[in-house]
Amino acid sequence: MAQPAGNPGAAGQQYTTNPPRELPTRRGTELGLLAFAAFIVTSAFVLVQANQEQELSWSIVWYGLAYLAIFAVAHAAVRRWAPYADPLILPCVALLNGLGLVMIYRIDLATQQEALAVGEEASSNAPRQVLFTVLALALFLAVLKVVSDHRTLTRYAYTFGLIGITALALPAVLPSSLSEVNGAKVWLKLPGFSIQPGEFAKILLMIFFAAFLVAKRDLFMTAGKRVLGIELPRARDLGPIIIAAVACLGILVFEKDLGTALLFFGIVLVMLYVATERIIWVVVGLSMFFVGALIAYQLFTHVQQRVANWIDPLATYDDPGGGYQIAQGLFGLGTGGMFGTGLGAGRPETVPEANTDFISAALGEELGFVGLAAVLMLYLLLAMRGMRSALAVRDTFGKLLGGGLSFAVVMQVFVIVGGVTKLIPMTGVTTPFLSAGGSSLLANYMLIALLLRISDAARRPQQQARPRPQAQQAPLAEAHTVMVQRPQQGQAADGGPTQ
Amino acid sequence: MNKPLRKVGMAMLVMVALLLANATYIQVVQADDYRSDGRNRRVLLEEYSRERGKIVADETGQVLAGVRPTDDTLKFRRTYRNGPMYAPVTGYYSVLYGAGGLERSYDEFLNGSDPRLFVRRLSDMITGRDPRGGNVRLTVRPEVQEAAYRAMVDNGYTGSVVAMDPKTGDILAMVSTPSYDPNKLASHDSEEQQQAWQNFTDDPANPMLNRAIRETYPPGSTFKIVTTAAALENGATADTQVTNASEVTLPGTSTTLENYGGATCPGSTLADALKYSCNTAFAELAGQLGKQKLEETAANFGIGGDLQIPMNVVPSGLGDLESEAALYQSGIGQRDVRLTPLQDALLAATVANGGVAMKPQLVKALLAPDLSTIEEFTPEELTGEPALSAANAEVLKNMMIASEENTSGGGKDPDLKIASKTGTAEHGTDPKATPPHAWYTAFAPYDDPKIAVSVIVESGGNRGLAATGGTVAAEIARSTIAAALGGG
Repeated sequence: MAQPAGNPGAAGQQYTTNPPRELPTRRGTELGLLAFAAFIVTSAFVLVQANQEQELSWSIVWYGLAYLAIFAVAHAAVRRWAPYADPLILPCVALLNGLGLVMIYRIDLATQQEALAVGEEASSNAPRQVLFTVLALALFLAVLKVVSDHRTLTRYAYTFGLIGITALALPAVLPSSLSEVNGAKVWLKLPGFSIQPGEFAKILLMIFFAAFLVAKRDLFMTAGKRVLGIELPRARDLGPIIIAAVACLGILVFEKDLGTALLFFGIVLVMLYVATERIIWVVVGLSMFFVGALIAYQLFTHVQQRVANWIDPLATYDDPGGGYQIAQGLFGLGTGGMFGTGLGAGRPETVPEANTDFISAALGEELGFVGLAAVLMLYLLLAMRGMRSALAVRDTFGKLLGGGLSFAVVMQVFVIVGGVTKLIPMTGVTTPFLSAGGSSLLANYMLIALLLRISDAARRPQQQARPRPQAQQAPLAEAHTVMVQRPQQGQAADGGPTQ
Repeated sequence: MNKPLRKVGMAMLVMVALLLANATYIQVVQADDYRSDGRNRRVLLEEYSRERGKIVADETGQVLAGVRPTDDTLKFRRTYRNGPMYAPVTGYYSVLYGAGGLERSYDEFLNGSDPRLFVRRLSDMITGRDPRGGNVRLTVRPEVQEAAYRAMVDNGYTGSVVAMDPKTGDILAMVSTPSYDPNKLASHDSEEQQQAWQNFTDDPANPMLNRAIRETYPPGSTFKIVTTAAALENGATADTQVTNASEVTLPGTSTTLENYGGATCPGSTLADALKYSCNTAFAELAGQLGKQKLEETAANFGIGGDLQIPMNVVPSGLGDLESEAALYQSGIGQRDVRLTPLQDALLAATVANGGVAMKPQLVKALLAPDLSTIEEFTPEELTGEPALSAANAEVLKNMMIASEENTSGGGKDPDLKIASKTGTAEHGTDPKATPPHAWYTAFAPYDDPKIAVSVIVESGGNRGLAATGGTVAAEIARSTIAAALGGG
């Protein structure tokens, strides 16, 4: 039996090992890192409980198991549908999401205590956030399953673009009662829950933009006149960037959402630059940005207020809409100092919106500069792995989309953390994976699914014939395989006796 | 397309680096400014949520200020037993308005941040216990405080009672009426707190003023103890002849100074003058002594010195005594002479202690959270120089015993063996039409003094213009003394 099986087997081996590198999938690494993330998150959770309630309750087990289950499923999905995906991306996300959950739970405890003192009932955000994480996971699985090749997305680029722009514009068109929360018209209030369509629009529009730029790439590469040695783009090619600028200005005017406008414009600029490899687009874009910013500052009082709060939040501390929130965030960060007060031992709930926009201030207070820096490095690691996949992937659409998605993460972190730490004026965008809120979490898991898909494509061994040699290899695996069904004679002859 | 992607990667690095640099600036370089900003409630809340130490009375250990656990963010609420009675002693502790009185003087010790508690705090940290504040044990004796406070409040008097142990300076009672309830300021309901603060500060009776140490009054005839001491120290004896005229003209003016009720003094010795509290005699005596001698003796009684018990005591003073007329009036405790009730008690206490003034103190010992003693306070002399010699103190004491015999008022009990001096001090812009302050300063028992006490009832209490130290204040002091000696 061994003898006859040996020959074709040897032949098969020769074929399969011909592309000699058997690329490691690194799924084991991912699992190990996920376990590490789970360990950190569980420890953080225990610390919060110990510091806040002085005792450990059963909820710790509940949350811990939920967390483990969620990422076990995510890991299994990646194993199944994107086996060559980058092994670092998912653990980074798991850790950020976990820390976010811990922080949201921790702020829940504090606000519940406060509410108890005045005899009120406080709503808790942590169970909702767990629910959103589960939903986000479902979306993640769906995207990973449905989009088996990211290049298929180009086929629906215009559809995505249309949906994206509609989603983005919807809150502006709807009456305030259906779309406004805290002065920003970026919501879609449905019975029972609300969503921020802008979060999803971001991804849809990036897909559209990447496909669009790849298709029309040559147009943008065409040089216009040379002035002072610089090749200016042709006037008519300015169309897309002007449209993007107008759209962002629209967001600013009609939805009063500085952050999203800034985010979108930054992403568009970067994608344009990557697609054309011409820095002049960045120059043109930035000048448009500054002119736009200047005009916005002149026209809108809420922009002026934001700038005043940025320059000195302590001076506008008592003004309505003034620097109170930023100042409180800074007090928290300052009190945390280098090493922080310890999880559960600070008072991050003093800052309004501590579990959404200002969650980085809460982290900075309790984990200190060290903790905040670690979180920022996690984002950088995540984005850099995405960027690496973009560099390695072979198609231009994948490169552009991967680069854009990676940049979007860092850009968003920059806008919100920069705002909280008074590096730039505060503009409300969510902190990816950390802050409480369903839309942001769902959208960002979509983003991660796409990044994983691209990274899977980047690392997957390139050969179309791969499944076939694998089938031929099967006899080597001996015995009980059901080779009889193959009609080819040589193999059937071999397989026959073994059965 | 890889080249621009790499550049975008670099840009991402730079963005995160900028965030990190900025976070360093905020959390390391500027951290202290933000941490200590008055609007940053974190540090305050941290301190307030620590288990604050107790303030306990004397040996009995009765808790005057303690804490009660709460279920709000501050974790503990300050509670005061008999709040209004002990308010001048304990002070208040409020989240919005900070601390006052002893709560403020010993704030660091009570809240646990005092370095003397450090070793214990460290062990608390290791054993994982929440840090707790140290306890303060007072010299106050509850039965004395209560007797004095009740006597004042039951009569509806505005004023103060200070009782001390003449031999040690331990303050046995310190009462100021009307008083306020510090429990209301300790409320964790900020509205309740604000309301209470508003009520207390708007009240024209000024309940939050600690009259015992923060207010000075003209001492009236109780100041004759100082004038007599100065005279004795400068050669006079009990038998020294003094004027018994019913009135004298102030030198250099046409104004006259008269005895109480315009009467002629029944005797013409110094002893008689004190016994009957003859104004003319002491006016002339002060004039003869002169500014320097009077000031010297007064200073040895502690008048004019800075004093912390540990709360700041406003300095008492004689005024500038620039003319002989001023000396005449000052000799009987009028004009610009102003004493705190505590200083007034010190006059009697000094005589009782053989002429040596002991430093008044309110705190007996500092205790660790586990009640072991960290620091104990020993009696100290106040000025280092006796106000009068032991022999002269004996002479003055006998005069004060005689004065007590001549003093009316309720609560007289020979068994208490009181030596005293009354005072009826004129004040206000129209002194003759304003009810006088009624004073009484005394010590007992005279053969082995255990308590010196001073009482002031502002503006005559319930007797109006007819009030005198004897008729109004004496009774309060006697019941205070009775309470102090009754147990001992």
